[in-house]
Amino acid sequence: MRYIPHTDQDIARMLEVIGVGTVEELFRSIPAGSRAKGTLALPPPMPEHELLALFQRLAGANRSATTGDLLAFLGAGATPHAIPQALDDIIRRSEFLTAYTPYQAEISQGTLMAIFEFQTMVCELFDLEVANASMYDGATATAEALLMTKRLKGRDRFVVSEGVHPEYLETCETYLSGLSGVELVRVGLGPDGRTDTAAVKAALESAAAACLLVQSPNFFGVVEDLAPLADLAHEADALAVAVVTEMVSLSKCQPPGACDFDIAVGDGLGYAVPVALGGPGVGLFATRDEFKRQMPGRLIGETRDANGVRGYVMTLATREQHIRREKATSNICTNQGLVALCFTIQSALLGRNGFDQLGQLNYAKAQYARQAIAALDGYTLRYDAPCFNEFAVRVPGGDAGRLVTDLAEHGILPGVALGRFDPAWKDTLLVSVTEVHRREDIDRLVAALAGKGA
Amino acid sequence: MTQSCVTPGLLHFEPPIFEIGATGRTGASLPTLDVPDVDSAAALGNLARRKPPGLPEVSEVEVVRHFTRLSQWNHSIDLGMYPLGSCTMKYNPKVNEATARLPGLAGLHPYQPESQIQGALELLWELERALCEISGFARTTLQPAAGAHGELTGLMLIRAYLTAGGNPRTKVIIPDTAHGTNPASVALNGYKPVSVRTGADGVLRPQDIEAVLDEDVAAIMVTNPNTLGIYETHLPVIAKMVHDMGGLVYMDGANLNAIMGKVKPGEVGVDVMHFNLHKTFSTPHGGGGPGAGPVGVVERLVPHLPRPTVEKHGDRFSLDFDRPESIGRVRSFYGNFGVLVRAFTYIRELGGEGLTQATEMAVLNANYIRARLKDAFPPSHEADTLHETVFTGKPLKKETGVITMDVAKRLMDHGFHPPTVYFPLIVPEALMIEPTETEPPEELDRFCDAILHIHTEAHESPETVHAAPLQVGLRRLDETRAARNPRLRWTPTEDSE
Repeated sequence: MRYIPHTDQDIARMLEVIGVGTVEELFRSIPAGSRAKGTLALPPPMPEHELLALFQRLAGANRSATTGDLLAFLGAGATPHAIPQALDDIIRRSEFLTAYTPYQAEISQGTLMAIFEFQTMVCELFDLEVANASMYDGATATAEALLMTKRLKGRDRFVVSEGVHPEYLETCETYLSGLSGVELVRVGLGPDGRTDTAAVKAALESAAAACLLVQSPNFFGVVEDLAPLADLAHEADALAVAVVTEMVSLSKCQPPGACDFDIAVGDGLGYAVPVALGGPGVGLFATRDEFKRQMPGRLIGETRDANGVRGYVMTLATREQHIRREKATSNICTNQGLVALCFTIQSALLGRNGFDQLGQLNYAKAQYARQAIAALDGYTLRYDAPCFNEFAVRVPGGDAGRLVTDLAEHGILPGVALGRFDPAWKDTLLVSVTEVHRREDIDRLVAALAGKGA
Repeated sequence: MTQSCVTPGLLHFEPPIFEIGATGRTGASLPTLDVPDVDSAAALGNLARRKPPGLPEVSEVEVVRHFTRLSQWNHSIDLGMYPLGSCTMKYNPKVNEATARLPGLAGLHPYQPESQIQGALELLWELERALCEISGFARTTLQPAAGAHGELTGLMLIRAYLTAGGNPRTKVIIPDTAHGTNPASVALNGYKPVSVRTGADGVLRPQDIEAVLDEDVAAIMVTNPNTLGIYETHLPVIAKMVHDMGGLVYMDGANLNAIMGKVKPGEVGVDVMHFNLHKTFSTPHGGGGPGAGPVGVVERLVPHLPRPTVEKHGDRFSLDFDRPESIGRVRSFYGNFGVLVRAFTYIRELGGEGLTQATEMAVLNANYIRARLKDAFPPSHEADTLHETVFTGKPLKKETGVITMDVAKRLMDHGFHPPTVYFPLIVPEALMIEPTETEPPEELDRFCDAILHIHTEAHESPETVHAAPLQVGLRRLDETRAARNPRLRWTPTEDSE
């Protein structure tokens, strides 16, 4: 076994030092009745070349947009963008890849400084003051945000927009399921696809709420008008929480912080790492400075060493489980460190100008596709309000799932059929267009959809 | 701005990336626009961003050098032993990185039709079967993203099961040696943690459990072997007591590396257990994640598993969302798939034989260290230890004034990452050492020699040990200053020395 260095001679020498006769003796503390019967019934060990062949077979049993045999327009919280080679090269460095959580600061400065930069970038993108070192994903970050508003406001009622990703809302429900007396109050979308402000106002006024939760661009791709929503929340003495599942949108759309939101959460999946069936991505969490002591998760802070040299440490740990145990702000320990590093590298490589250009490419290509599809016979936009790089279309015949199945046979995935989330959305296709789609790809999509039109 | 300078010793003093570069510079590789341009600011109106985010302006070479220099400030497994107790810092195989990056796996979208992701579903199904065989459980959910997330999921399953029986109950028993995540997860799921003391022999005593056990107890959470490295010998008795009272048994699987092929928790009274794939199954920690914390359960808890599950019908695989008694989903999509691919690679490479051998050599290595250090640093308990041993620095402190933190910092000067220190909380001046099976005996010897050298040095020249580290670029960092005046993001002011 190539990962186990011990020779028979090594084992004999070590047993002698320990003072036992056999390796088996080292397990004598396990009661006989608890010992497993027989050996583990797993397939036999494999040499590396056979292992690679096995995984090539498993990978080959899939179809992927990155292997060139599929043209896909899938987003819905997992929007693939181009990931630079330099990023993957850096994160494969052993010093980042095989390091643990930076508990010993003096020999973990690389990880610590990178996370400090990550926190800074997340603050800049959301336009908020403090960001943590990451959460598992956008959905759990959202659930943790609700819990944080519960602590801050001492209230158990959360008003949530139905424009939030359904899997995020389901995760919030699961997270809250153990707590007594909590209530998620759902408010729908108006005819233009934005969260219905009248319904929000009514829900906030009917009983005291800890927060209002919205997503922008929302699940249907519609850019929310955030500022008035924050005002409504604050008028009801509730906090305002925003979800952003598509980080590239923050190049063009007003960030939550600029719209007076108190907490912003998101996910770097697709932006920082390949979507890989939905994970690992990286949960993002930012808030106002005044709320930092109620934040979940790890925080990295700047300090000095004994010689006055600038350095970084984990800080404000009295919020965390390893110090506070059951009184901690969250149970999170291991987060998504390496993907936070990916996020930092991607944001640095794009930089101020690249991030803006990337946003322009996404925006312009999506508008081009949206107009072309809306002009097709039988297809109508579900909502008219502005979108960023994703939009919802009602398909002819009323069965988007059927349309996807038909076009998949021709190597095109035209979007996500939303009936999988709610039968009421069966007629709707969610189309995502980004910088990876060339004009000819979009034209091919439009032609394929036209072939299925009325 | 601080300048970046290179010293003769190749020790780089690299400023934060926001202090590098020049206006107008970029490392982006983007296509030219091939569709009609549109004025996004005009079209979005008041929805348009007004102040651009303050990202750096740097070329690719500057980014690569910046992060390469940062990387050189990190210790890592590939540089040397990383003996953090209860963290199982074993070698992370290179082939895992290759399989996880296959385009046919990394390039999959979670909402592709099932017919297009049959290979991925087969992989998930086979990984679940393997984890069940190793642990003795009926089914395993692969959704949780880390160990603490697995704990929370497991507690939700317990709550759902008990609720279906009419009463979710209110309390969860947790030993005083438990990881901090255990009580935090319990509180997050609305239960009240009840602490029990570990007996003088380092294991839980049935009479202490009896004293706190009643019909309000939903479960007991046991780490086995516990964080002292000692096997919980009374677990079968304790499990029976808890079951007779209508409660369930949760096992924190952080220390599973000690018992693979030796004990199947699902066969000895455990109802729910989380795995740490980033510990036992060799996936890299990445400086703090991503991990994966699958949760195995016995048959009676299966209906409550998070949705979706992966099912097999003949030679076809599918996702089952139609699970009416499910607790729901605990995150988006299906889990940290990339981490799951790495863990499955490891399991297939080693097979049952290799996993058992890993456990045996991990226990051998830990006991070898114990034998070599026990005269200088007494083990916390007389009892046998498995994959890790906790030592106490109390005598050294009494004799020399050198505390465990000093020893830890001085180890850095010898090129080793320190062990876990000051945990478990019940051991004064604790040093918790877990070498794992992948350390060669010569590395163990160098490590033990270093600790014993520091022990001698503490007697002869304690001020040197107090002052450590002396050879790692930075001196000891001021954590009090960081917490008193938190600077949690870079700002253009007071950045330069």
